[in-house]
Amino acid sequence: MIEFRSVTKRFPDGTVAVRDFSLVIPSRRITVLVGSSGSGKTTILRMINRMVDPTSGTIEIDGDDIAGIEPVGLRRGIGYVMQNAGLLPHRRVADNIATVPVLRGVRRKDARARALELMDTVGLDRSLAERYPSQLSGGQQQRVGVARGLAVDPNILLMDEPFGAVDPLVRAELQRELLRLQRDLDKTVVFVTHDIDEALLLGDQIVIFTTGGIVAQAGTPQEILAAPADEFVARFVGADRGKRALHVREQNGRPVVVDSEGRAAGVLVPDDAGLGARAGDGSPADGSAPGGRPEPARDGGAR
Amino acid sequence: MSWLLGNADQIVQITLVHAWYSALPIVIGFVIAIPIGWLANRYRVGRGTILAVVGLLYAVPSLPLFVALPSLLGTRILDPANVIVALTIYAIAIMVRTASDAFASVEIDVLLSATAVGFSTWRRFWSVELPLAGPVLLSGIRVVSVSTISLLSVGSVIGVTSLGYFFLDGFQRAFALEIIVGIVGTIVIAVISDLLLSLAGRLLMPWNARPPSRRAVRRAEARTLVEAA
Ligand SMILES: Nc1ncnc2c1ncn2[C@@H]1O[C@H](COP(=O)(O)OP(=O)(O)O)[C@@H](O)[C@H]1O
Ligand SMILES: [Mg+2]
Repeated sequence: MIEFRSVTKRFPDGTVAVRDFSLVIPSRRITVLVGSSGSGKTTILRMINRMVDPTSGTIEIDGDDIAGIEPVGLRRGIGYVMQNAGLLPHRRVADNIATVPVLRGVRRKDARARALELMDTVGLDRSLAERYPSQLSGGQQQRVGVARGLAVDPNILLMDEPFGAVDPLVRAELQRELLRLQRDLDKTVVFVTHDIDEALLLGDQIVIFTTGGIVAQAGTPQEILAAPADEFVARFVGADRGKRALHVREQNGRPVVVDSEGRAAGVLVPDDAGLGARAGDGSPADGSAPGGRPEPARDGGAR
Repeated sequence: MSWLLGNADQIVQITLVHAWYSALPIVIGFVIAIPIGWLANRYRVGRGTILAVVGLLYAVPSLPLFVALPSLLGTRILDPANVIVALTIYAIAIMVRTASDAFASVEIDVLLSATAVGFSTWRRFWSVELPLAGPVLLSGIRVVSVSTISLLSVGSVIGVTSLGYFFLDGFQRAFALEIIVGIVGTIVIAVISDLLLSLAGRLLMPWNARPPSRRAVRRAEARTLVEAA
């Protein structure tokens, strides 16, 4: 569990990126921080591994104040994946994945052997192991980034718009893979995006920001869609339009769910048919309804 | 021709001395310029000052510097150290700016992500910043190498052994062949040194020698799309 307590970050130039921010991030769930550019998401994420230190307030990981933890060691224990993967361009794929274990003192040969296994885990062909990052496609680089993030088997995985720079088709594939990985690995994932669709798809818990790290609403996707806290949130999640403004229409005496354009989106089935939990998924055509995933712990929800 | 044969020993020996006397300033200047260039890039405030001071060094005319150094360093007039120190100063003058540009050329995202996964500052310098600054550093040291090798000839005016000797001696005796030997010898050293440097670059920076072919990238992208579909 990661806990932010009244955290404020003011940069030396006077910019207040995060203002009095409090949040509990439950273990083994995906928490998505979503908001437009400049709303302080990256700053919040970077405070978790002490790339940025708060001006005031405290951050705890499993009850320990991280201000007392040596930053370099802390970072080596937390996975980090960023946009454009942030790979080392002068290291081959296997060495990139092996980077952090090697920093922690694992022998290079052993770390590279483990890197090959991780390539399987993230769906990369082992034949790419000896390539340089520039010889991979954007989607493949991103997978290498995820493999590197997982290399020390961290409890916490920080992801900063990791799929922001790949084309939509590849992004959808990577999102599905992340959900699949998460089912197997059970990490505490903190995921930053400006894409509300991505947030609703991936998040067990979603935190929506206005500017300056101010939380507009936090909760499960269902809670947010069911009861947007205000006009801003309603507009942001698009609950009033398009594919998320669904309503029921009678068709030959049976109820059919249609979107705001009148296009059929699906039918209503009884809750025990196994699809109930993720009513807000918004992509009924997508065959990956993660029906088996646990609900976020109620007591670990947002404040 | 007979002059060439009769003086072959001396020509070879002076060429080797010339190569050695120019290698020292190239290497020493490179090693000194790297931390200065790194600091200039890292501390933006000091950057202007550092680069301006270093730039002024280059404006010092070489001959007066050669002549003035003995009294500054306490060396003898004919000591080759004078010329080597002077050339090192020029090497630094050229190399600091390039080194600063080289470190600036390293992508900020790569540095951030290296920090994020747990590189200490020291380790990040050696295993990320320095190698990635490599291509620009290499282009800088190649310029320094050529300029040092040709400037060293000027040292002959104050009596320090270099290929400039043949040049001067040939002029005094109006003997074209000797002048040509001085010029060609300098060019040969410069070319060999440049080849060695670019070979070292290719060996030390294999990721750089093979920029991805457009086709390879497109093929990789196509494959991802197929996988995704
Ligand atoms: N190192 C910094 N120095 C000064 N201002 C910064 C710095 N990093 C971020 N900011 C500012 O803080 C605000 C939040 O930035 P960021 O956390 O990157 O937002 P997001 O990730 O949501 O786009 C922005 O106004 C940004 O310009
Ligand atoms: Mg950001």
